[in-house]
Amino acid sequence: MVTDTKPRPKRSSPLLPGVARQRRRRTVNGAPVPNVAVRGVKGILLFLCCAVVLLPFVAVVSTSLADQEQITAAGGYVLWPTNPSFDAYAAIFRGGVVTRATLVSIGITLVGSALSVAVVALLAYSLSRPGTWGHRPILIMVLLTMLFNAGMIPNYLLIKELGLIDSYWALILPGLTSAFQVIIMRAFFMEVPKEIVDAARIDGASELQILTRIMLPLSKAVIAVIGLFNAVAYWSAFFNAVLYINSTEKWPLQLVLRTYVVDNTQIGTDLPGEVVPPQQSLQMAILVVSLIPICMVYPFLQRHFAKGVVIGAVKG
Amino acid sequence: MASPASAGKRASGWQRFKRDRFLLLLALPGVALVLLFQYVPMLGNVIAFKDYQPYLTITESPWVGFANFEVIFNGDPAFLNALRNTLIISFLQIAVVFPIPIALALLLNSLLSEKIKRVVQSILYLPHFMSWVIVVALFQHMLGNAGIYNNWARQHDFPQLNLIGDPDLFFALITSQAVWKDAGWGTIIFLAAISRVDLELFEAVAVDGGGRLRQLWHVTLPAIRSVVVLLLILKLGDVLTVGFEQIVLQQNQVGLETSEVLDTYVYNYGIVGGNWGVSAAVGLVKGLVGAILVLGANKVAHLFGERGIYSKW
Repeated sequence: MVTDTKPRPKRSSPLLPGVARQRRRRTVNGAPVPNVAVRGVKGILLFLCCAVVLLPFVAVVSTSLADQEQITAAGGYVLWPTNPSFDAYAAIFRGGVVTRATLVSIGITLVGSALSVAVVALLAYSLSRPGTWGHRPILIMVLLTMLFNAGMIPNYLLIKELGLIDSYWALILPGLTSAFQVIIMRAFFMEVPKEIVDAARIDGASELQILTRIMLPLSKAVIAVIGLFNAVAYWSAFFNAVLYINSTEKWPLQLVLRTYVVDNTQIGTDLPGEVVPPQQSLQMAILVVSLIPICMVYPFLQRHFAKGVVIGAVKG
Repeated sequence: MASPASAGKRASGWQRFKRDRFLLLLALPGVALVLLFQYVPMLGNVIAFKDYQPYLTITESPWVGFANFEVIFNGDPAFLNALRNTLIISFLQIAVVFPIPIALALLLNSLLSEKIKRVVQSILYLPHFMSWVIVVALFQHMLGNAGIYNNWARQHDFPQLNLIGDPDLFFALITSQAVWKDAGWGTIIFLAAISRVDLELFEAVAVDGGGRLRQLWHVTLPAIRSVVVLLLILKLGDVLTVGFEQIVLQQNQVGLETSEVLDTYVYNYGIVGGNWGVSAAVGLVKGLVGAILVLGANKVAHLFGERGIYSKW
């Protein structure tokens, strides 16, 4: 059974137009398109996959916006808020634990990703210039970290010996370098034509000028992607905070999420003012707050980073 | 500044060092951070051979030889339990979680409309960027006892689902979370491998009278074989490392019997329980075994004529 019976002159083979018109079969890469049943099953399968991914997000956002009445009537969660209100958000941002944690997370994310891009870009640039003194041992040293890592206890002891326990730096410093990101950026820098760099050098440009005037502007895309990727990593960092942060005031958002949403600790008492919104909405509002930044950068991330992963992994 | 062209190969090490001093200066912060946060902790593994006392420094703590490793080699029940769970979860990850992205990639690749394909991909990639805390929270609120599904099931007389907090279903729970989070993202690399195939190969199959299934079997699958092998090797190296954050977050609800894995054992026994030396020993052995597995699996891959993991460098 062929689905499209309409003639499609555009699709017909330029070599044998008559044949194509007679058979009226659309082909892709030479083979005929599958029949209705196969296409239907595929469609249903993919629709279900997408629904399974999206439904939780819809329910979370809706419940965070719903009022007490509707939540009680629905028995806990709603899929569409009939009477949307931002009370839950107002309550968590009136100050108190969630507000503070959000600010902490924003700070760590901004500082961490900015520093991390700088460090990775400088290292990658230095390793991308051919014949630099010592670039081979440095490269190998960086690459080896992809194979081996020290383990949790020695890492913890290092942070402790450095006196970084309960400091924001414990969340930022260990994640600054990533061998994988250095490789991707280095590959990108190495693709800049040698002639441009040579021409600049003949014109009297210093290494710093070559980096800032030529390399960085030409690699804006990869820098943005590495930056975004680091931002997501810092925003999502959970375990370093569990290990290294003791005082509640310094908690990043992920720890607040764990305590109030995963472990179900009642949050009302930790919020200033009279808490009107139901527990459920508060929990979902915290969840949404932690989702928003990722959803904001997501369009850029998935478009570019898919490319980056492919460059890093398949290219060979 | 001397130009690299004139320096050539005959320049002495010192001259080249002087020539490149600015570039080396740029590399310095990165090198320092890698040394400090990757290599110094490797040295810190000496405490596996020491009786580390938190109030003493690492060097002051007394040496105890291999005493810390006894828990491993004498088969301490808690350790064996953690090892068993780790291996079960690893097996599930290779047998269940690993093939799903391949199937999904083949399905996506067979779509005729580029537009639909892109939309579906965008949706399926999304969970990859969510932290484990978010994923666990979402699962609890969707499938938990008071979650959205059971709520609905109660109201409509449907069978309830007790996936959260049941020790018997813990492996199913974390497997399904892993699939939900990363199956879509996992398709990227297979789709990339497929997209690099010469279209003429597909057409050649069609000219020889083969349909879409034959194209799949003779062109698409061979095209992704080396990527599959590569990822399997990397996965094998991670056999003793299974979703630490994911498991630690859910340990309270199911108990250690089924949920303790090697990483959580190191955490619970070492950082929480204060048995520094023993858990460092467990971590060290785990790391060594992982490295040996990667290197060994890579050798096997070379024997089978695959590229393995090194050629890309």
